[in-house]
Amino acid sequence: MQELKENNVLQPAIPRSWNEETKPHKFCPGCGHGIILKALGEAIDELGIIDQVVFGCDIGCSLLSWDFFACDSVQTHHGRTTPTITGMKRANSDIVGIAYMGDGGGYAIGSQHLFNAAVRNERITVILCNNCNYGMTGGQMAPTTLPGMKTETSPYGRDVNETGYPTKGPEMVAAVAPEGAYVARGSIANVRQLKGFIKKALENQLAGSGFSFVECLSSCPTNWRTNAKQTWEFVEKDMAEYFKVGELRIPQAKEG
Amino acid sequence: MADVSLKGEQRVFMTGNEVVAWAAVAAKVDIMYGYPITPQNEIMHYWTRLAPKYGKKFLQTEDEISAGFTMLGGVMTGRKAFTATAGPGNVLMQESAGMAEMMRLPAVFVIQQRGGPSTATVIYAQQETTLTAFGGNGEGHRLVYSTATHQELFDYTIKAFNSAWTYRFPTFVLGDGYQAKMRESLTIYEPEAKGVKLVQQQALVGENKPGKKFRHLRNTYNTEDELYEVVMANQREWDVMAKKVVEWSAEGCEDAEVVMVTHGVVSRAALSAYQQLRAKGKKAGFFRPITVRPFPDQQLADAVKGAKKVLVAESAYGQLLKMVKEALYGKNVELVPMLRPGIGITTEELIEEYNKL
Repeated sequence: MQELKENNVLQPAIPRSWNEETKPHKFCPGCGHGIILKALGEAIDELGIIDQVVFGCDIGCSLLSWDFFACDSVQTHHGRTTPTITGMKRANSDIVGIAYMGDGGGYAIGSQHLFNAAVRNERITVILCNNCNYGMTGGQMAPTTLPGMKTETSPYGRDVNETGYPTKGPEMVAAVAPEGAYVARGSIANVRQLKGFIKKALENQLAGSGFSFVECLSSCPTNWRTNAKQTWEFVEKDMAEYFKVGELRIPQAKEG
Repeated sequence: MADVSLKGEQRVFMTGNEVVAWAAVAAKVDIMYGYPITPQNEIMHYWTRLAPKYGKKFLQTEDEISAGFTMLGGVMTGRKAFTATAGPGNVLMQESAGMAEMMRLPAVFVIQQRGGPSTATVIYAQQETTLTAFGGNGEGHRLVYSTATHQELFDYTIKAFNSAWTYRFPTFVLGDGYQAKMRESLTIYEPEAKGVKLVQQQALVGENKPGKKFRHLRNTYNTEDELYEVVMANQREWDVMAKKVVEWSAEGCEDAEVVMVTHGVVSRAALSAYQQLRAKGKKAGFFRPITVRPFPDQQLADAVKGAKKVLVAESAYGQLLKMVKEALYGKNVELVPMLRPGIGITTEELIEEYNKL
């Protein structure tokens, strides 16, 4: 990593795979998307695959990443990034297909696509930002909203009797994906680990082993209405208590 | 399936769905994405049998939404791709068709219409004409060929890929269950040997060439004005294309007192009704839009100039009629509808209707 100094202040290094022209990015202050995309950017840099990557983003806050990277990118419809990237990879297996989405896109409107892409072991990488709500539309209840958590459509707190429990995406994917899949849940609270998971997911695609999926626990202070301390506590403690961070599926090393 | 070769040309006898699969092979299509729904299933059945022999691919998806979007993914990587559906599947595919309209993707959809609304029948209708021509949440910048014969299914499926990759608007082949399941004779051929040049496809993303510039494709815009510019630019290009691609067929309209307007398979009944009526000395005329989008407005207006009445017959309740009304707005001619949602229309029925006028 290079050291950049401006006015004698050390500047954070920007991944080479980022599109500098569109920085600073468009996410709210305190949003976790930028951290996830930095981890993704560094993983792409370390693997040296930027020329092969086709980055697809969903609808919701994730769409703000449509011009984020210095690579071919496609912004699709809500929930439809998984099939779009699947179609690309099926037609041209030389690409590295990355589908980036939120919890609504992956677990609600596009859940059938995520489920079936996992079942078919599509050789793509899905990276999903879990921030417990629909951010762009103004903070509605999401499949991942925690029990009792207040949102615009659960103003008295999520009632699990009426709306069920939060979706455990990686657990679902791990349960249905065949041998060769890679599944993990990381968190913006541990970027080094998150980058490692994302890198392994991409390596899994490069090896042609199977589907790869990383859920990233993320923050949304704008809609959570939390200050920095509360935000961090929610990500680090509340979310991690319900959504266990770690690797759920690791492909067996090939013999020989 | 028939033992057929695409070398040169060959007379064959097959179902419409088989014809579409062969046409896609002839058009050098790389990959089909599909989800089962009657009456288009055999397009997939024949394609999956042909695919390994011709180095083609197939993906069976989880639903028609996915079939549409995976197809768009394939198209974006510069591969010729298509899908086929019907009825409620056509409804689900409109989402991807809308994205293709906005992003100008050369997507090809084959629609074998079945009865509607809802699940209805798996057999036949012309009730997806409006949906296929205007199904998106926009202005309907798309190209729709309504075929009538198996020869046309072959010719226009090939043409659909050429038009899509030339103009970059989503392109539909609008057939129906009768055409899908019926068996009839046609000539299949290798397009280039017959002088039909196949349009070369180009990748929008994923081409790993040295010195390539990356592309950022989107379908969302920040402001009203930004969107307006995009939609109007599409509209202008669509208008230019419309003049070049509009197709129709007209017989005996010059001196006709009554012009029969039909499309798709119904136009075959209308054509023989026209011939029989003419043989009896009746001043009948025949007009058929082949592209229902763009609709041959001006050509229809010209065709009915001298007519007293226009008999509009369709296996739907007023979908073609609506297009005809729009085309003939302000023209002094009486419209007589013959609307039979979900059932076929025969030559005899048309002649009977004609004789009532």
